[in-house]
Amino acid sequence: MSEPLAPQHGPEPEEIAEDAPLTPASRLAAWHRAGGIITPLVTVLVAFLIGGVVIAATGHDPLQAYWDIIKGAGLNWLAHPWDTNIAHTAAYNFSQTLLQTTTLILCGLAVAFAFRCGLFNIGGNGQYIVGLICANWIGVSFVHMARPAHILLGIAVAAAAGAVWAGIAGFLKATVGAHEVITTIMLNWIAYWIGVYVFQQGGPLQAPQNVANLVPISADVAHSAQLPVFWGIPALQGLHIGFFIAIGMLVVFWVVLNRTTLGFEVRAVGFNPDAAAYGGIKVRTNYLRAMAISGAFAGLAGGIDMLGYLHHYGTIDVQATSIGFLGIAVALLGRNTAVGVGLAALLFGGLVYGTTHGLQSGTIDPSLAGHLTEIIQGLVVLFVGADVLILAVWNSRRKLRRREPQAAARAAEVET
Amino acid sequence: MSTYVGTVRSGASRFLEPKAIGILGILFGLLALWLAIPPIAASSPVWPVIAGLLGAMCGVIALSRGAYRVGGGAIASAVFGALLAYLATRSSSAKLDQVVDASLIAQMLVFATPLTYAALGGIFSERSGVVNIGLEGMMLMGAFWGIWGADKTGSWFWGVAIGALSGGLLALVHAFFAISLRADQIVGGVAVNFLALGITGYFFVQLYHGNNIPIGVAQVPDLHLTSASSTSFFGNSFGNLNYMIWLAILLVPLSYVILFKTPVGLRIRACGEHPRAADTVGINVYLVRYLSVVLSGILAALGGAYLTVGYLNTFNENVTAGRGFIALAAVIFGNWRPFGAFGATLLFGLSTAIAFRLNVYSDQAQTLFFALPYVLTLIAVAGVIGRTVPPAADGRPYKKQ
Repeated sequence: MSEPLAPQHGPEPEEIAEDAPLTPASRLAAWHRAGGIITPLVTVLVAFLIGGVVIAATGHDPLQAYWDIIKGAGLNWLAHPWDTNIAHTAAYNFSQTLLQTTTLILCGLAVAFAFRCGLFNIGGNGQYIVGLICANWIGVSFVHMARPAHILLGIAVAAAAGAVWAGIAGFLKATVGAHEVITTIMLNWIAYWIGVYVFQQGGPLQAPQNVANLVPISADVAHSAQLPVFWGIPALQGLHIGFFIAIGMLVVFWVVLNRTTLGFEVRAVGFNPDAAAYGGIKVRTNYLRAMAISGAFAGLAGGIDMLGYLHHYGTIDVQATSIGFLGIAVALLGRNTAVGVGLAALLFGGLVYGTTHGLQSGTIDPSLAGHLTEIIQGLVVLFVGADVLILAVWNSRRKLRRREPQAAARAAEVET
Repeated sequence: MSTYVGTVRSGASRFLEPKAIGILGILFGLLALWLAIPPIAASSPVWPVIAGLLGAMCGVIALSRGAYRVGGGAIASAVFGALLAYLATRSSSAKLDQVVDASLIAQMLVFATPLTYAALGGIFSERSGVVNIGLEGMMLMGAFWGIWGADKTGSWFWGVAIGALSGGLLALVHAFFAISLRADQIVGGVAVNFLALGITGYFFVQLYHGNNIPIGVAQVPDLHLTSASSTSFFGNSFGNLNYMIWLAILLVPLSYVILFKTPVGLRIRACGEHPRAADTVGINVYLVRYLSVVLSGILAALGGAYLTVGYLNTFNENVTAGRGFIALAAVIFGNWRPFGAFGATLLFGLSTAIAFRLNVYSDQAQTLFFALPYVLTLIAVAGVIGRTVPPAADGRPYKKQ
């Protein structure tokens, strides 16, 4: 697990610094890490509990509903993982969960990387859409390219597009100090309408042969640009090698942040921009760099999805896209660390697939359960944002004990 | 040192100052557009283009003499004005009449109203020092529970009231996490949006099976100022507007007076600018912030309720579709002031109203017009059109000592 240097919300870091025990760095890190595991676990537990209350209050059996969702996500496959026959429901559902996990890892990393620089990239969805559009464009054109080159070009352009899209926000932050939250929200919606524009009737990427369709969609990306599928059948959204790219990106994320100068600077700026500037780090350059890298992750997610299993896209898909926003929940729950993001992405990937297409339940309808995911997602973000509460309760007793003698000493100082 | 040194000028030469030239350029840009639309509707593109060129020239002169903002604005307005005017002259006048007529103003108000409510809400919340990204979610709550209330009680008034209450409750959640727990306000706002999306979607499926709301739900009535058959410009524009539109228009000066002319407003602003100082003089910062955020939720939800109970008369999943974020943009655009934000919502409302009519030309033009509010906001926060200054303590949790 990487060293958790995530920018915290609220005044928590000060309290930790105040509380730093006798052996400084190591015990601080250990304590912090413990909080880093406990908080997300409690958060998820509470969120699912409240979700269960909602299910029960609306007249469904929560335990049965959750069991159906677990089966819908294919998590029961983990009980007999040697059965990789994709024709079996559990194996197929699990492969689909991993497909969602792939996207969520990258969208989560996008949010997490910016977070480590003290920036909140809400624009993951817009960067994802921009990546999708570019990958579709590359995949549909340049049909005569050789397969690996075509794939690489598509992925690279998608990532670059995401980087540019987020880079606009980073640039405005660095030059005129425009708040990245506002700019990324606006860029999200601009990307949304660009997406509608390019795929709509008469749009540049709308397929001519699909003109007769009531719902305008793009052409399929050429076979030479499609990512190879290693588990399942391509026609049935098999699991593609993008999964390994996502896993690789987790490693890249960890290495860049923890083992390079760039990562050190990003973390330093995220910790305290003033101190970083005092130490000779160019804060503005790092804002721009962090946003661009962050956007590249989200753009990559869009590119991999397009070349991996979507292959084509339509206006309705653009309007329904919200997986980039899930990246926020993934990053926050994963405490902006590589391992955390991976695990959180698996959880939400399962939740996304298990409550929608994978769900076969007499207890709870997929249309209902899909919204349950949104509720749980909201609760998770709400509680993780307020982890001050959980940590405060956790440490209040110990803190009190240590404070008393300190307070007494301070009082004595004041008197003299 | 400033970029240009001002000297004492006589009356006449004041009009040659760079800023005045820049403003002239902006006017030329507007003139270019004005020439091309009814009632003048010049058929040749020559005159609008000449006006546009003059405007751009004025802009360049203003730029070269140091008035960067006005000069840039003039060039932008001239280019946009000339471009739109050119497109307008190229199209048939029948189509043009469909886009620009008196009912455009009525439609502008229809689209601006939900934004106005939410933007006023955003102003109250942010002026008290709590960032409210959750406006969208609060609108959505008002939209769903508003029409649910109208359906169950059979009365539009109680429907709107129930909708407002639901938005207030969601705002209370946001307030609790942002103020009492001192959680990150932006994260909290994002969470509130997801939560509202989930709750409204879930109960829409649970209560209405995801189908449409029954036809004939009580609707907010219109206020008829002229006879229904009146075709005057005034009648078409303002004659048959909804009660909630008038309420929104009334709330703008009211909010201004409350925020800037009363002790209550002073307290709210003090909490947003310097909470510690406010606390020192005996203002209960937590209470003021709680009330402001809840009021903000109620206002945003009124906007949402207008959307369903007052205008659409039905509900779809995620019916607000980003309007809360446009309202947020209007808050920034209007520099955290009620009249400024109202102006921004009118501008955004107008662009939406025009966008809906542009499909007589092409779907593409319509789509790109829908993106205009977001592009304008991006330009605004980039500092091209004046500076936007948020309240000093906006987004900072306050810890009582």
